[in-house]
Amino acid sequence: MIGTVPKRIKEIRFGLISPKEYRKMSVTRVITADTYDDDGFPIEMGLMDPKMGVIDPGLRCKTCGGRAGECPGHFGHVELIAPVVHVGFAKLIRKILRATCKDCSALLLDSTQKKEYLEQIRMLRTIGQPIEDITNEVFKEARKPKTCQYCSAQQLDIKVEKPSTYVEKDGTHEHKLMPSDIRARFEKITDDDIEVMGMDPSVARPEWTIMTVLPVPPVTMRPSITLESGQRSEDDLTHKLVDIIRINQRFQENREAGAPQLIIEDLWELLQYHVTTFIDNAVSGVPPARHRSGRPLKTLSQRLKGKEGRFRGSLSGKRVNFSARTVISPDPNLSISEVGVPLTMAMELSIPVNVTKRNIEEVREYIKRGPDNHPGANYVIRDDNRRLKVTDKNCEELAETLEIGWKVDRQLKNGDVILFNRQPSLHRMSIMAHEVKVLPHKTFRLNPAVCPPYNADFDGDEMNMHVLQTEEARAEAKMLIHVQENILSPRFGGPIIGGIHDHISGMYMLTKGENRLDKNDFLEMLRKSRISQIIEPEGTQDGKPYWTGKQVFSQILPDGLNMTYKALLCENCATCKKEDCNRDAYVTIRDGQLLSGTIDEKAVGAFKGLILDRIVKDYTPPVALQFIDDMTRLAIRSIMHFGFSFGINDEDIPEEASAQISELLEDAEARVMDLIIAFNEGNLEPLPGRTVAETLELRIMQELGKARDSTGDIAGNYLGLDNAAVIMAVSGARGSMLNLTQMAGCVGQQAVRGERIRRGYAGRTLSNFNHGDLGAGAHGFVKSSYKKGLSPTEYFFHAIGGREGLVDTAVRTSQSGYLQRRLVNALQDLEVQYDGTVRDTRGMVVQFKYGEDGVDPMKSDYSKPQTIRRIIEDVTGKEVE
Amino acid sequence: MKNMKDFSLLNNDLVPQHILMPENEVNKVLKEHYLDKEQLPKIKITDPVTLEIGAEVGDVVKIIRKSPTAGEAVIFRLVIE
Repeated sequence: MIGTVPKRIKEIRFGLISPKEYRKMSVTRVITADTYDDDGFPIEMGLMDPKMGVIDPGLRCKTCGGRAGECPGHFGHVELIAPVVHVGFAKLIRKILRATCKDCSALLLDSTQKKEYLEQIRMLRTIGQPIEDITNEVFKEARKPKTCQYCSAQQLDIKVEKPSTYVEKDGTHEHKLMPSDIRARFEKITDDDIEVMGMDPSVARPEWTIMTVLPVPPVTMRPSITLESGQRSEDDLTHKLVDIIRINQRFQENREAGAPQLIIEDLWELLQYHVTTFIDNAVSGVPPARHRSGRPLKTLSQRLKGKEGRFRGSLSGKRVNFSARTVISPDPNLSISEVGVPLTMAMELSIPVNVTKRNIEEVREYIKRGPDNHPGANYVIRDDNRRLKVTDKNCEELAETLEIGWKVDRQLKNGDVILFNRQPSLHRMSIMAHEVKVLPHKTFRLNPAVCPPYNADFDGDEMNMHVLQTEEARAEAKMLIHVQENILSPRFGGPIIGGIHDHISGMYMLTKGENRLDKNDFLEMLRKSRISQIIEPEGTQDGKPYWTGKQVFSQILPDGLNMTYKALLCENCATCKKEDCNRDAYVTIRDGQLLSGTIDEKAVGAFKGLILDRIVKDYTPPVALQFIDDMTRLAIRSIMHFGFSFGINDEDIPEEASAQISELLEDAEARVMDLIIAFNEGNLEPLPGRTVAETLELRIMQELGKARDSTGDIAGNYLGLDNAAVIMAVSGARGSMLNLTQMAGCVGQQAVRGERIRRGYAGRTLSNFNHGDLGAGAHGFVKSSYKKGLSPTEYFFHAIGGREGLVDTAVRTSQSGYLQRRLVNALQDLEVQYDGTVRDTRGMVVQFKYGEDGVDPMKSDYSKPQTIRRIIEDVTGKEVE
Repeated sequence: MKNMKDFSLLNNDLVPQHILMPENEVNKVLKEHYLDKEQLPKIKITDPVTLEIGAEVGDVVKIIRKSPTAGEAVIFRLVIE
């Protein structure tokens, strides 16, 4: 076959196809609207002529001799009895009609003007710039003259009647321009004039926009399908072509019989309609051609356009085999590199195995098990490439006859490497390689620690799985996109996989202070980890040995790890008490032993986990993976040991606290009143660059903000560090002290665009308030807490503020999404070369050194120069400031 | 009024240092990176800086610029019309 030699596209040129060209590329003229004869064979010079390619197996193409599948198909043509307008060029035809003389077809511009425009167009062409602006001006200018500069003919107005009828108006008299008239005019346009209009006369003459020959697409692009009843069902395009040919024939008969002009014109219009809808069945002003069932036909334009069209649907996006999708749910006992796959899926998905001397017995076992016994086989491909389905009945026999050199589609089983993905795939960690763990039930199971890279949660999210089919793909996936290779994010150089929520709470409760655990608890905690040896107890209590929570955590740390840092709950005291910190926030790890400090989000959390970060960078990915697995399991066991729950009652604060809070708020309101009085009396000192009114607003906001924070402090003090919500907020597991403040203390000022709420009625926000009331309550200050409940006016203000938040997030996500898409499109082909330069596909340099410093952000310490400090610390064993 | 010539773009703190490179140095850079001249980033001859340092089309300008990541970054640009 021709076309196997690799060729390079040097240039693309767009133009129109001339009728001559259409006839040249056509392999047959189509004259009858019939498709198949009574025996089911395609009729010659019919729409299914075998010269235009074949779709039925067994037949051969009469042009190239290829069988169905080999022959690419060949165009035929229909000779149209009368020319018709090509809808796609309706606008261009209108423009040219208006710009040229009705008699001599000259472009209605002076020769000097023409010369000027031509020069500009040629100049723009050589530098590869768009010429639309110039040609638009040409058409605009050429429309103006009332008489032709060359033959002095009076020019008439051209009116367009939707979509492709052109009417010439001479005073009150209207004359319809038939396509043949238009074509005659266009034929007379000189090459020079065509070039001024921005077209290249060698490839696109204006008269070619009027069709006299209709190309008939190859049979291969409009295959007919045989229904179960044996009846043939033709493609939409074929249906449309049948219409065109029928009308064409009727037209010819009528014309030859000398039918009256009126009938001829009707038929002409009908032909125009059919050709128009053949090209585009969604032209405005033309009723879409419908199938017998009432469904609009899918014609040429519909095949290309839109989301499901050839470009967006078939070329940019494709569907794949060996993939699966279902809802995800958590399983903290899985490794982060595993994914729980429903058994039903594992039995449907398969991996091809080449049968060799070494694995023949193993593969035979799969076949013997058949398709319904889990690690079984679905298909056997013999060495003659015949694919046989493995069934209950033939599995024994197939297993017996199995030979080396065959291929077997083996069912998915534990340990297989697959790709796991959650949309939107915004960064590379959105697709990672996991190992299969076949489990009962119907959801994908994953360790919650891998939620952050996928940005997944379990409120109904679905994820996709792709089964790798070749050894090379599996090797590549394992080495490049396996979960353990993606613990660090190239975005900020820290771990993106790590503890979340309960993992953090669990570690926090285990390691905070000195938790004494007896032997039973100690073993229970580490049950699911790889630790199998009991260490020396910390001491004895009541004659029984005990271990501390810090000791338990130390068991899962790798040997030789040294770290010192301040935990998240550090309060940044003026002078750090180091190991004697009263919040136990000073973390020291020596040789893999946690000596002091509490493990929280800053230690093992996704995004912030410093210990995680250290382990990935100083040890190896498998060590880090093991650590995360152990850590998540230990954390879950710990949180179960201590017990952890949270309810609305946990926000109860004692009477005296409530009294304190209301007193505080009253004071704040009084201060606000003082400010307002000062303002009304003109005694308020404006802040620099502000008006007095602005100053008042700012001062009030400040005062109320301070008041809310103080209520939070009071509430926080009474709740204490044992409170579940406080533990979550302090350890970084979930929620913040602000959330607590709002629940237990006071919700605070509701704001719209950073200001107090001012909208509503004239001079007041709600009819509950007096005109001109500037007080806290009248402008959206919510005194109540969520626990206590909001008053009606407070509730309303809260809804206003809440709505703004919702709108903001909606707008922000769509905007940032589009921005990111544009960036990715622009930068996706850039590549860091071995010499450190960043180049595009042509080898053009974008940066001489990646990021100007040549640093891989994934391997740097949160983009900060920490390495030297750490080396000194490691060598001297002392802390360096 | 003072002559406009008395002001130099290069004196402005925000304009990075632009140096016109001699032929042999250019070749050294190109060889170092296995580059054709055309693969370099470009700078227009009409750019005020190229006018100021008197570069011609085909020359290569070395730009030393402050960088938030590397402290100082060196970039080479080919002068085009």
